[in-house]
Amino acid sequence: MKVLLSWLKDYVDITISPKELEEKLFSCGLEVEELKYLGDNMKNVVVGEIKSLEKYEGTHLQICHMDCGKYGDDIVILTGADNVFVGAKVPVAMVGAVLPNGMEIAPRKMQGMMSYGMLCSGEELGIEEGWYPGAGVHGILILDGETPVAADMVDVLGLNDYLYDISVTANRPDCQSVLGIAREVAAITRKELKNPDLSYTEDGTTKDAIKVSVADKDLCPRYLSHYIYDVEYKEAPQWMKRRLLSCGFRPISAIVDITNYVLLEIGQPMHAFDLSTLDDSTILVRRAKDGEEIVTLDEKSYKLTPNNLVICDSNKAVGLAGVMGGLNSEITENTKEILFESAKFLKDNIRKTGRALGIRTDACARFEKGIDEYSVETGMARALHLVEELGVAKISSTKGDETAGASTEKRKITCSVDKVNAVLGITVPEEEMVSILKALQFEVEVKDHTLELLVPRYREDVETYQDIAEEVIREYGYDKVVPTFLDGAMVTNGGLNKLQSKELRTKEILCGMGFYEIQTIAMYSKKELDLINLPADAPERNVIELLNPITENLSIMRTVMAPSMINVIEDNIKKDNSAARFFEIANVYIPKALPLKEMPIEKKMLCMGAFGKGEDFYQLKAVIETMAKAFGLSFEFVKGSVPYLHPGMTADVMLGGKKIGHLGKVRYDVVEKLNIAEGKKADTNIFLAELDYSALSECFKAEIKYQQPSAYLPVSRDLSVLVDMDVECGRIMKEIKAASEEISEVKLFDIYVSDKLGNNKKSMAFNLTLSSKTEEVTDEKAGAVMDKVVERLAKELGAEMRMA
Amino acid sequence: MENFEALKAQYQEELKSVNGKEELGAFWQKYLGKTGQIQDLMKKMKDVPKEEKPEYGKKVNEVRTWAQDLYQAKADEIKLQEEEKRYKAEAIDVTIPSEAKVGNLHPITLVKQEIIEIFAGMGFEIFEGPEIEDDDHNFTRLNVLKDHPARDMQDTFWLTEDLLLRTHTSPGQIRVMDKKKPPIKVLVPGRVFRSDSDATHSPMFSQMEGLVVDKNITLCDLQGMLDEFVKNIFSSDARTRLRPSYFPFTEPSVEVDVSCFECGGKGCPLCKGTGWIEVLGGGVVNNKVLENCNIDPNEYSGIAFGIGIERITMLKYGINHMGVLFENDVNFLKQFKA
Repeated sequence: MKVLLSWLKDYVDITISPKELEEKLFSCGLEVEELKYLGDNMKNVVVGEIKSLEKYEGTHLQICHMDCGKYGDDIVILTGADNVFVGAKVPVAMVGAVLPNGMEIAPRKMQGMMSYGMLCSGEELGIEEGWYPGAGVHGILILDGETPVAADMVDVLGLNDYLYDISVTANRPDCQSVLGIAREVAAITRKELKNPDLSYTEDGTTKDAIKVSVADKDLCPRYLSHYIYDVEYKEAPQWMKRRLLSCGFRPISAIVDITNYVLLEIGQPMHAFDLSTLDDSTILVRRAKDGEEIVTLDEKSYKLTPNNLVICDSNKAVGLAGVMGGLNSEITENTKEILFESAKFLKDNIRKTGRALGIRTDACARFEKGIDEYSVETGMARALHLVEELGVAKISSTKGDETAGASTEKRKITCSVDKVNAVLGITVPEEEMVSILKALQFEVEVKDHTLELLVPRYREDVETYQDIAEEVIREYGYDKVVPTFLDGAMVTNGGLNKLQSKELRTKEILCGMGFYEIQTIAMYSKKELDLINLPADAPERNVIELLNPITENLSIMRTVMAPSMINVIEDNIKKDNSAARFFEIANVYIPKALPLKEMPIEKKMLCMGAFGKGEDFYQLKAVIETMAKAFGLSFEFVKGSVPYLHPGMTADVMLGGKKIGHLGKVRYDVVEKLNIAEGKKADTNIFLAELDYSALSECFKAEIKYQQPSAYLPVSRDLSVLVDMDVECGRIMKEIKAASEEISEVKLFDIYVSDKLGNNKKSMAFNLTLSSKTEEVTDEKAGAVMDKVVERLAKELGAEMRMA
Repeated sequence: MENFEALKAQYQEELKSVNGKEELGAFWQKYLGKTGQIQDLMKKMKDVPKEEKPEYGKKVNEVRTWAQDLYQAKADEIKLQEEEKRYKAEAIDVTIPSEAKVGNLHPITLVKQEIIEIFAGMGFEIFEGPEIEDDDHNFTRLNVLKDHPARDMQDTFWLTEDLLLRTHTSPGQIRVMDKKKPPIKVLVPGRVFRSDSDATHSPMFSQMEGLVVDKNITLCDLQGMLDEFVKNIFSSDARTRLRPSYFPFTEPSVEVDVSCFECGGKGCPLCKGTGWIEVLGGGVVNNKVLENCNIDPNEYSGIAFGIGIERITMLKYGINHMGVLFENDVNFLKQFKA
């Protein structure tokens, strides 16, 4: 929101410096993003009169003798421009001057002759035709003949002014105007607010043919119209054009400029229709028909839906409500009759229309933040006042006011002074509170320490005593808040709960084993599912899709962690990082049904990845086993099959008989698909594990219970087993354990493969620990247990015993 | 009578020249073994006249004890020498680097944990809500109504007309107040999502919501609590400044700045010369939100705040580009050990 200091001064006396004003605005919630002095980039540029002029023979230059009054009455300046003449008043950049384009002026030799300054064009002074007549011409800016010699050009051009760019919070649409900011300035500086002149006179004429109606009052709760005629096509006065230009608006014609001026000053977007273009002199505000088309002022064509509100005549759309007028009803130099519009449109609807069609206009920006009905009235009155003041047209008595019936009464709030102070925690004195609220244009009555308030109509955001508390502290000063430390609060117990602590511990255990925690984005693209070879019917393909992704790369909620991890490893390889271990605990998102009807399951996964020299399957397996053991759990590993993992190096991780994850080496064809140097692919070993952390965490023990150790010493026995090559170690160990309760531990200590053992055979040697809680494990007893083991292995696996 | 003295002298002399374990074994055999010369003395007892036998036996025992003591001393010495030798042989270059594989937590987790610990000390519990929320929890019950401009401020990723990726951790307030009645002191950390992505925004980032609901809670308490927070997380002389802001779920709403911990408030590039750094937003819980959770605003009041964890992380570690937090470059990650 851009506001000129001089414009603000129309409505409030400002006696503090521009910088102090910035601080005041900041303290009451209006942050100044930029404070710019308009004359900032123009120094030492003064008015000079050309006393004499001669052609510099043999060049294109003219030699000017300049009278710049106290700056020197005979300064020689060469110019290449040919629109200068003796007696002309022109801007002279003196030696030492700085121009808006950054140019610094120094004495300069031109074609062998010294020049002591420069005559400036409008462009060189950073201004255009609308700002000063002649500024747009090619050549030197010829100033008004009355301009005093030696005057500072900053003053001549009216650049002795400040422009505030203020950011306004979403709850304060009333501050999106010069008047709105002026109201805040008046309050914070406790100066009187001067209201804008809204007076005008209707001439009593009428035009009965005009019919204005609103069909969809839910989207257009208020629509004011006013007919003006005998319109004179002319330019707006310079003061108005300069204000518009300062705020980024291009002057067009007096009528159009008035609508923009009112938008800036009052915050009310206005529109002017050329009445002659309206069929049957009719205005109808309605939802667009499906497929209805409109060409807007910027000559772009849009296809509309019933979600868009249009302004129509009896046949066609002539404006996209609140967004932009139609090209077909544009004001031209031939326009003689105008229907002014000042309306309130539903902010949500305008926002959606603007977004859907991709249009951003100043009108749209204001409507979507919210326009109050007070501004609708004020805006129309101010526009008519300006029409009269500028003598652009005659104001008839034909006008319309379509309303959905909202009250135009001021809202009433009653609350005690104590209640306001209870929100703040400090005691703002009653008289101070009253004074603040009055400065903010509230009508205040106090009865027995209770405030009876009438809220200004433009303050639609103020509804409760909490809002009043905010108004009070905003003006009273947040620096008056005295920090207290929850004096009134009860003591509570804080900290992580058990599950949260265990998650942190899981992470720390993994860090201790060389893993770095990573953070990846919860969304990715369907391409990632292809990356990991998921078949078409894989359940992980049932993904939740974003309705409005910002990029295809982040268009679905992930159902598997693996692609995220693989991508991180890929990125690291690309950066020439030779090895690393990573983990992440994060959610995958599993829909209960598609299309999505209810909140999906958010399953917390633990994903681990390791790559580089020295990494292998067993290392990652050891990490997983260590982690389980750290929590007193024990995983079982069985051969598994996962689409993106090496078929010979994949294990399912089982806990209590249920699969909770898998680990393995990433397949070569997956590595092949990665965006890494071809030469690196052959050496790239990636090991990956994905565990269902939610399921794992459910198995964490709630309590530790001490177990008395056995009074009897354990006994150790070795056993060498000859089996077929494809018999897995895990299977043998399982069978050994199952053979007898006395076997408390089984450890593999040797694998031997040799032709001597027979075709396709291997020998595996195990160390068994035998223990009993109730009796000594004698040799005899141990022998019996070992017999059972041998018998079971023979029966279940066809194993033979090998004597060591 | 045997010449004990001569034997002793010979023994002593020979023991002196013994070198190493093997020679020591041979020496033991020669003198103290079953057939050794000192054992032999005992065997010679039979040749000693009867009346001299006691004297002789005593003498032999003395010699044997003497010899054994000497032997033991020598044996200890040799053992020590052998050990020394072994130490020497086994000596290694201790400066050869070992492979230390230690990872660490992500800086965002580190800061999140640090914040949690600060507030845990003040009695805050930790609650984690779902990342996929419904309109009701994320907006409506937080007083962000259907046509509310706040829905513009935070561009939302929608999944269906009703379901969305939470845009802030504030829905945690609603979920906590639905389950629990005051006194409430809770922190809600978590990942949140917004549909903008540029140099200063990531579509996913982390927030930490704080909520206190009890009797007589005021704006002063918010500042007091946050003063304590910034002192702990930044520096002991840090202080906060409140300034007006707007959030639909708090009223009054404030932006909270911390005095610049780099320059102490004098003004520097970090604080852009202002002496203050914007760190979080908060305010007094809007009564409408309390009512939406069936908490009587006439009895209870609340304060709430929301911290952007990435922002604190960047300020704390001097990270100037948000993107690196999500690049997961191991060279970046490994720096966060302390």
